[in-house]
Amino acid sequence: MEVLLPRTLDEALAIKAGRPEAVPIAGGTDLMVALNFDRARPPALLDVSRLPELRQWRRKEGWLVLGAGVTYARIVRELPEVVPLVQAARSVGSPQIRNRGTVGGNLGTASPAGDALPVLAAYDAEVELASAGGRRTVPFNEFMVGPKKTVLRPDELIVATHWRFVRGPGSFSKVGTRNAMVIAVASVCLVLDEAGHTVRVALGSVGPTILRAPDAERFVAGALAAAGWWDDPRATLPAQVAREFGERVAAAARPIDDVRGTAAYRRHACGVLARRALVWALEARRAA
Amino acid sequence: MSVGTLRRTRGGVGSSARRVDGVPKVKGAFQYGSDLWAEEMLWGQTVRSPHAHARIRGVDIAKALSYPGVRAVLLAADVPGRKTFGLEFADQPVLAQDRVRYVGEPVAILAAVDPEVARRAAERVVVDYEVLPAVTDMEEALRPGAPQVHEYGNVLHHVRIVHGDPDAPADVWVEGYYETAMQDQAILGPEAGMAVPADDGGVDLYVATQWLHVDRQQVAPCLGLPPEKVRLHLAGVGGAFGAREDVSMHIHACMLALRTGRPVRIVYSREESFFGHVHRHPSRVWMRHGATRDGRLVNVYARVLLDGGAYASSGAAVITNAATFATGPYEVPNALVEATRVFTHNPPCGAMRGFGAPQVCFAHEAQMDRLAQALGMDPARVRLQNAMKTGSVTITGQVVRGSAPVRQVIERCLALPMPEEPAAGPRDPQALPGGAGNVSRGEGVRRGVGIAVGYKNIAYSGGFDDSAEARVRVFRTADGPAVEVHSAAAEVGEGLHTVLVQVARTELGIEHVTLHPPDTAIGSAGSTSASRQTMMSGGAVQLACRAVAEELFRRVRARAASAGRTLRGELTLADGRVLAAGEPVGEVDNYLDEPIEARRTYHHRPTQPLDERGQGDVHVTLAFAAQRAVVEVDEELGLARVVQLASAHDVGRAINPQGVEGQIEGGAAMGLGLALMEEVQLDGGRIRNASFTDYLIPTFLDMPPVVSAVVEEPEPGVPYGAKGVGEMATLVATPAIVAALRAATGRPLNRAPVRPDDLIGLAPPVASGPPPPAPAVPGPRPVPHYHGLDAGQQELMRPESD
Ligand SMILES: Cc1cc2nc3c(=O)[nH]c(=O)nc-3n(C[C@H](O)[C@H](O)[C@H](O)COP(=O)(O)OP(=O)(O)OC[C@H]3O[C@@H](n4cnc5c(N)ncnc54)[C@H](O)[C@@H]3O)c2cc1C
Repeated sequence: MEVLLPRTLDEALAIKAGRPEAVPIAGGTDLMVALNFDRARPPALLDVSRLPELRQWRRKEGWLVLGAGVTYARIVRELPEVVPLVQAARSVGSPQIRNRGTVGGNLGTASPAGDALPVLAAYDAEVELASAGGRRTVPFNEFMVGPKKTVLRPDELIVATHWRFVRGPGSFSKVGTRNAMVIAVASVCLVLDEAGHTVRVALGSVGPTILRAPDAERFVAGALAAAGWWDDPRATLPAQVAREFGERVAAAARPIDDVRGTAAYRRHACGVLARRALVWALEARRAA
Repeated sequence: MSVGTLRRTRGGVGSSARRVDGVPKVKGAFQYGSDLWAEEMLWGQTVRSPHAHARIRGVDIAKALSYPGVRAVLLAADVPGRKTFGLEFADQPVLAQDRVRYVGEPVAILAAVDPEVARRAAERVVVDYEVLPAVTDMEEALRPGAPQVHEYGNVLHHVRIVHGDPDAPADVWVEGYYETAMQDQAILGPEAGMAVPADDGGVDLYVATQWLHVDRQQVAPCLGLPPEKVRLHLAGVGGAFGAREDVSMHIHACMLALRTGRPVRIVYSREESFFGHVHRHPSRVWMRHGATRDGRLVNVYARVLLDGGAYASSGAAVITNAATFATGPYEVPNALVEATRVFTHNPPCGAMRGFGAPQVCFAHEAQMDRLAQALGMDPARVRLQNAMKTGSVTITGQVVRGSAPVRQVIERCLALPMPEEPAAGPRDPQALPGGAGNVSRGEGVRRGVGIAVGYKNIAYSGGFDDSAEARVRVFRTADGPAVEVHSAAAEVGEGLHTVLVQVARTELGIEHVTLHPPDTAIGSAGSTSASRQTMMSGGAVQLACRAVAEELFRRVRARAASAGRTLRGELTLADGRVLAAGEPVGEVDNYLDEPIEARRTYHHRPTQPLDERGQGDVHVTLAFAAQRAVVEVDEELGLARVVQLASAHDVGRAINPQGVEGQIEGGAAMGLGLALMEEVQLDGGRIRNASFTDYLIPTFLDMPPVVSAVVEEPEPGVPYGAKGVGEMATLVATPAIVAALRAATGRPLNRAPVRPDDLIGLAPPVASGPPPPAPAVPGPRPVPHYHGLDAGQQELMRPESD
């Protein structure tokens, strides 16, 4: 097996153009597992972990641009203000995995259990892709089209994800059957947009892709508006709103039974996580 | 005998001596079985059955054999000697002949120049299977008309224990049904070894194992070689816990090495490791406890089923243990125990830390809590009131002669400090159920406390004389006197080798002790299992040291005599010197013109097999433990976090206190795993989670602080009064944690591991019908004689005739 070590993104894209079968490797925390388990024997590996452009993140005109090669450990250290992303990053694997694993790799693998993905979905992130021929951006929900299925073309690399900074509280939570280093049985990312008066909730590990819960989102945004909460965080919400929000989120899940958990439990957990997340968000804004 | 022990010798018995293998292990320099390497080495690969039950119509190896880089492809017909092997019964084919009985059963082996070639070639072995109906449920296996796993039926062994009057009436009865799942030992080092062909037509096998001699006993006949031509050497062992008691890659590597004339190494992948060793038997247990109104146990009925999968392994001994410990460390005047070890087409089960005791401990401790509840009594009081003690009679009619501080372990356990109550207000999610998942600020979290008491045998039981041999040599070096200890005992990570060194230091007063690499050049040490090696190989080293000391003292006296002096008082050894009545006589070095060497064998006191009513003096020594678990449960999410484990252990005497603590913590982690997450999930005999991605074991965030207390009541008649401690924490942790979960949730959880669905009531408790009828006893011999090893492992223990 060949290992190709481009120094720049352009070099990498040129290689990819000529050898689309070369498989990108970033942290290798998914790919090396596949190699170890004898599930993949790519003819060549293309190391993208050294490409400077992929290793950066920056703020640009109210947007966050997160290079595909930024590791979870760096997210936790460098981006504390993006709370849901940090919480998701913190929940990934173990310290070793967080030191190597990247959001780009999470996107490349496109598992419905990928922990960065509900955050990207909730922020309506765009995925920036590049080939020797040029660049394009694809909304996250169009990028991932099924379990381990994306619209990435063989000559393309994932460069970054972009999203508009959202003012307002939010969180990421994940349930698994042990207290760390566990693949999500169900996960929920909630983001409240104080400027847009919208609520976004995304669910991981309970469907073929990351799911949004539009009905629940509209319901709670409406309830917040009705209570005057967007203008006054001290406004009290009817007690059943959080519960009903949870129920509506649970209804949006499309879980299955598998070796990690039952469909019934997954749906239930989504409801509990969503309800708690909403309560925390309301409290966080009130306390702010 | 007149040998004083020397407390001054550093690193002796009773001190937390530094581990002899600690530094290389921490530095990554220690060579494990999977690190073995030789010039010209080939890589072995195993082709395994994808079916739980199938007839093999034919195997086509042509494509594999012609694959470039392949040096040999071997089938059952190529096994040079006996076609089957096994620990107690030789019922397991080295390679499947006409039939496969579980998913993962080896069908063919091959050797190639590199591992990738070996894997690719393995895919080219074409096996023509006729898939047959499989039985993968242990109760179904007992029903008439079920598919037969072996021509001799689906029962390996049935044990019936009739004690007192099983019809004795009681004031209060409680009844329950319990299940435990198949657990994996999760040895971090997978099965690994290397076979090197020798010039004499024999073979040297370097292998990570628990018992070199029992391996050789099985390997040599299959190779058609006399035992002396099959030399085994211990390779670095990365954990065992029972997973290395059975032969795995041993015979395969030797066959390939003998065929190709080159060293052959086989290392299993993690997935293959799940097929490559036996697991903890899944259990179904029905129990009925009767007591007087004031809480004295009167009568216990237990029906125990263990699913042993496709082959015997050590299942007969496991079921005997499960039966004899079924009622717990309590005085039970009347009992009926019916325990059956069943064959199914599931992966084989055998030894795992606790060896039949954890399954019944899970059940009897739940029953004790039920009884306490029915009587309105405190759970600890019910246990204290019925606790066994020295002089008690077990349900097999054995009088407990050794130390039995059951009351003490319970009291010491309960006296250990409780964890602090959580402060009011939002809490750090990391410390809550759900941990790194950030699922809670403390909402819906409830605490529960549970306790469990258990006991288990040390060393082999039922008339088995599992003696241990050791050779000790004292010689002079430039730096003073030194000791070499030679024992075949396997260090499996638990610290045994350090214990042997500590014993030699204490006995001989010499700090500089080295270990000869364990191999079959010396007699058997028995297995590193059954918590027995500190007692058995520790005992052998002690005996050999005392023989060496005797010779040394003879020389000292002789020299004194020739100088016209008589030495008064007892001779002792201290700090490299000989003392008479405490006064220095001279340096040990001065008496070592000739090195002194002695070889000795330690035997424990004899035991008896169970008779037809399950009665007999079966166990050598018993060790007891009590554990208290404090858990937090997220009532809405069904997630659990163990906050603290408090564990009190009867160890007789702690040879290495830090090692004891390590065993308590590690054992508790394994019991915690079974309580909360560890399960080999099966679907029609297929393992659904053969990886550490989906077979979850506890992480640091799952393991709570363990506070422990060690009860030291020396066991009479054993070296230093020391009992073993390797297994007890495992058996009590599972029931203690599940009891705490019941207390926190109020739910009658009756299956381990407990799943989130169970904790929130999404799944009901596991239900059962009535217990299956017991097979006739004694019944026909379960395994025909020709399959057997005749005297079995016991042959190994015959004294050497050199
Ligand atoms: C022990 C362990 C625990 C884990 N725990 C978690 C967890 O809790 N949560 C979780 O979400 N994941 C977990 N994972 C999976 C993995 O760590 C994550 O998916 C991680 O984000 C992968 O990133 P990586 O950089 O290592 O990807 P790699 O393994 O390098 O690549 C993954 C895939 O993405 C492709 N790829 C990578 N970069 C690019 C790019 N720039 N352009 C195009 N394609 C690209 C690769 O070709 C490959 O197909 C775990 C893995 C392990 C081994």
